[in-house]
Order: sequence, then structure tokens, then C-alpha cells
Amino acid sequence: MSALPRAADLGLIGCHVCRLVCRQPPEGADDMACPRCGSALHRRKPATYARTWALLLAAFMMYLPANFLPIMRTASLNDVDDNTILSGVKELWINGSADLAIIVFVASILVPMLKFLVLGTLLISSHMRTDWAQVQRARLYRLVEFIGYWSMLDVFVVALLSALVRFNVLSRVEPLPGVIFFGLTVVLTMLASMSFDPRLIWDSRDSDD
Amino acid sequence: MSTTSLEALQICEECDTVHRRRAMTRGEVGKCACCGATLEHYHSLNPNTMLALVLTAFIVFVQANLWPIVTLGLNGRHSSTTLWGAIITMWQSNAQVISVLAAATLFFFPLVKMLSIGWLLWFARQRRCAPGFVPIMVTLHYIGPWTMSEVFVLGALVAIVKAKVYFDVVADPGIYAYAVLTVLITIFARVDMRELWNMRMKDEG
Ligand SMILES: [Zn+2]
Ligand SMILES: [Zn+2]
Repeated sequence: MSALPRAADLGLIGCHVCRLVCRQPPEGADDMACPRCGSALHRRKPATYARTWALLLAAFMMYLPANFLPIMRTASLNDVDDNTILSGVKELWINGSADLAIIVFVASILVPMLKFLVLGTLLISSHMRTDWAQVQRARLYRLVEFIGYWSMLDVFVVALLSALVRFNVLSRVEPLPGVIFFGLTVVLTMLASMSFDPRLIWDSRDSDD
Repeated sequence: MSTTSLEALQICEECDTVHRRRAMTRGEVGKCACCGATLEHYHSLNPNTMLALVLTAFIVFVQANLWPIVTLGLNGRHSSTTLWGAIITMWQSNAQVISVLAAATLFFFPLVKMLSIGWLLWFARQRRCAPGFVPIMVTLHYIGPWTMSEVFVLGALVAIVKAKVYFDVVADPGIYAYAVLTVLITIFARVDMRELWNMRMKDEG
């Protein structure tokens, strides 16, 4: 592995925003800005552990009400029905659209859970500077970054249904607080995965030499 | 090391490994030998073609926002909605957070993305550096992950299937416009930002 040089070893720094290769500023003068885009240059994203943990915990606190509180109320002449995310999936399944039910289940329930698990594992394993399964961990991070925003699916479904079944005399659909918590969960997990610095996965290599 | 040798290098965004840039053929994707992340995909940006694409995307975007997305029918009564219909409904039903999220990720950010890329390409075509190049590029970097049109298309599909149980549902042209827009956005999401940054370096050099 030592055949591949790392930027820090060569005294180089890659700009996080425009990816320009810059020479690392001398010790102490770490407030250097990128000559091309003006963004602050950092070896690693600043305060990545603290920020990612904080955002992840906040996201988890939103995730619980997002799942337990109803996200949508459907009211018709003779009954009122409050749907949670899970009951929405069940309803889709029963009404004969198993493939969509699976997609919604994956996007709204599995993906957020996966994000908590993966980011938690990455944070702990990087903190321990282990070189365990580095390639796999890097892949998991990429996966989480790539699929994260699909969780907004249910939020958009609720928004569309509420707008559609609004001026109907016989029935009505309206959003309930669960959907707000859910939207916040998605935003917070996205921010959490953005504030995690995947370079940390590989930082154990520094101690090799 | 001189500046020229710095330009011959690139650093993997995900693992900090330093690679030497190499000449790439069209369509080739450079992968990091250490972590497997994409380093760059070369597709020699042709500003004219790209500009035509952005313009098309803009026209489709306007239509996607004006045309209704879905129409419901029940006992002869019809109701339909557009993206903005959904955004306004959420605002009025005490879900302002969702309303703002939807407006940002489905309207404002995609709009800013298209207009910015169009603006940069317009000047690139004349071999000039666009006014405001740096702030625009930095903005594009930050809004990149926050455009969600493709999720909305799938959401509309789910909404149609859910509503079908109780109503007659017709998918309207708006949703097709959205589907086309998603494809177009995917194409210019493949524009390598590094290529745009380098375009500027060439102009100055
Ligand atoms: Zn920069
Ligand atoms: Zn790498």
C-alpha cells in the first residue's frame, strides 16, 4: 500500500471545493485560502467527528417521531385514517403494487436505518484508526452518499396527495407532523454524511511508516 | 516542485491518495487505485452541445412547472395539481418545513443549477471566462447534492398508485416533462466540474 503516496505525506493539500492541488501551508499558518476558488484549505474537513456525531444524533431524534407519528391523514365522509410510513407501505402492498411497496420501504425505512448504521460504524472505526476493511468501508460511504436523498420519496408523495385531494368535497388528505420529522431526518442524515470525511477511513496508514 | 508539476497531479477526494494525471480517451473513467472512487470522467466538453442541452432542459423545466402533474376524478369532479400547488398546500397545512424543502430541492436549486451552467457555457463558447465564474462554481459545488427532481418523479408514480384505489387518476403531461427533465439533468450532472475549473485555467494561461 505504501506505493501510493498520500497528499499529506507529500506536503500537498487538495481543495475540498474545486479540487486544486495546493502546497500545504507552513505549520501555524493554517488559515490559507485556495488560490483558485478562495475556499479555506483543510487537510481534513474541520471538526468532522463532532459535527457528524451531532448531526447523526439529531437525525436519530427526528427519526423516532418520524416513524411513530402519523405522516398523513386521509378523511372521507365516514372515516378518518391516520397513516404512518409503515402503514403506507402496507397499504401499497395490499393494493397490489408490491414492487412500489418495496421501493417505498427501502427508501423510507431501510435507507435511513442503513445510514445510521453505516455512518456510526465509519465514525467509530475511523476514530480507532483501524485498517479493517478499508475498501469496503469506502464503498459503503459512497453508497450512503449516493442513495441518501431518495428517502425524500415519501415526503413528496404526501405533498402531492395533499394537494390533489384537497378541494374534494367527499374526501381530504392532509399532512401530519410525522412528515415534518421525516423530512428533517433526511436533511440531517444528508448533512451528516457530507460532514464525515472519508479520508479518515485511510488515516491509519499514516502510522504504518 | 514547480507549479507545472502540481498541475500534473490530482488528489483523490475520498482517500487523499495522490495520482499523476494521465491522458484519457473520450468516455474513459479514471478510478482511484487505492479506494476505487471516481477521479475524473473525461468526456471532452463541447460547449455548443452542452449549451443546447441546457436550453432544452430549461424549456422542459418551465413546462414541468406549469403543466399539471396528476388529475383526479371522482363522480365527474376533477382536481389536478402542479409542483407549486403541492408546495403551497404544504405551506397552508402547517408543514412549512416541507414546503420550503420541496421549493428548494425541486424548483430553486435545479433552476439555479441550469442557469449557472448555461451562463458558464455561454461564455466558454466565446472562449471567455464568465463574469462571476468563481462564486458561481462554488455555489454549484454546494447545491449539487440538493436537487431531487428524480425522486419527485418516483414520488408522483407512488402518489398515482395510491390515489388509484379511490379515484380515477390520469397522469398529466407535467409528469412526463419531469421524467424528461430527470434524464437531461442526469446528463449534465455528468459534466465534470473539474473540467469546467480547468477550462478557466486554460483561458488564463
Ligand atoms: Zn479551491
Ligand atoms: Zn481514493
